[in-house]
Amino acid sequence: MAVTADHIRDKLMKELAAVHAEVEDTSPNRCAASFKVLVVSSQFEGKPLLQRHRMVNTCLAEELKEIHAFEQKTVTPEQWEKQKSQ
Amino acid sequence: MNNLIRATARCLRSGAAVYLPRQTDGRVWSAASARFLCSAADIQKDLGEMVKKDKVVVFMKGTPAQPMCGFSNAVVQILRMHGVDEYAAYNVLEDQDLRQGVKDFSNWPTIPQVYFNGEFVGGCDILLQMHQNGDLVEELQKLGISSALQNAEKESK
Repeated sequence: MAVTADHIRDKLMKELAAVHAEVEDTSPNRCAASFKVLVVSSQFEGKPLLQRHRMVNTCLAEELKEIHAFEQKTVTPEQWEKQKSQ
Repeated sequence: MNNLIRATARCLRSGAAVYLPRQTDGRVWSAASARFLCSAADIQKDLGEMVKKDKVVVFMKGTPAQPMCGFSNAVVQILRMHGVDEYAAYNVLEDQDLRQGVKDFSNWPTIPQVYFNGEFVGGCDILLQMHQNGDLVEELQKLGISSALQNAEKESK
C-alpha cells in the first residue's frame, strides 16, 4: 500500500487521539517519499520531546519503513493554542 | 576505453567505502576497514562504545565539512552556532551496515542522530527545537561545554 498523507493523518488522529494533525507531503522537495507532520494531542502532556517523537514513530512504524525523510512537530492542545495566537 | 568504464562501474557497484576522503573538520571513522571486520552484531556493540567515546556524537549523511543532506546540515550548523567544534561525526553514507545499525541501535528511523554523553538526544527536529527554546545551551552546559550562545545571552542581560 502506498503511503499517502491522508493515510498518515488518519492513523495519527486515531492512534494518538490527536485533536489536530497536519501532514504535508514534502516529497517533491526531496529525493524520495518525505513527509512533514504536525500532531496536536493531549497524550503529549508532560512528556519530554524525545518521548513524544517516539510515540509518533511507533504509531507510524510500518509507514516509516518506506519513508525516506520525516519531520515532525509534536505539541499539546495548550501549546497549539498559544502558537496559533502568536 | 571499455575496460576503464567497466572497472569504474565495478568500483561504484562495490560500494561507497572504497574512497575515503580525508576530512579536516570533525573526525571521520574509517568505515572501509570496519566493513570487513564487523557483522551486524558487532556493529551494535561498536555503536555502544562509539556513542560513549565522545561527549557529542553525530551520525549523519556526509561530513561536517560537507553534509550531504539538509537535515544533517542543519545539525552541523546548529552545533557550529553554539561553538561546538569538537565532536565525533560518523558518515552513514560510507557504510550501509552502520546506516541500518544505528537506526536499530537508537530505535529511531532516520538520520541524522545526535548523542550527548552516550544518550540519544534526537534528530534534527528535536535539536532545532532545543536550540530555539534554550534547552540546548543548558544540555551543553551539563556536558561541561560552554555554548557560544550562552555567553551571548549573558552579555545581553
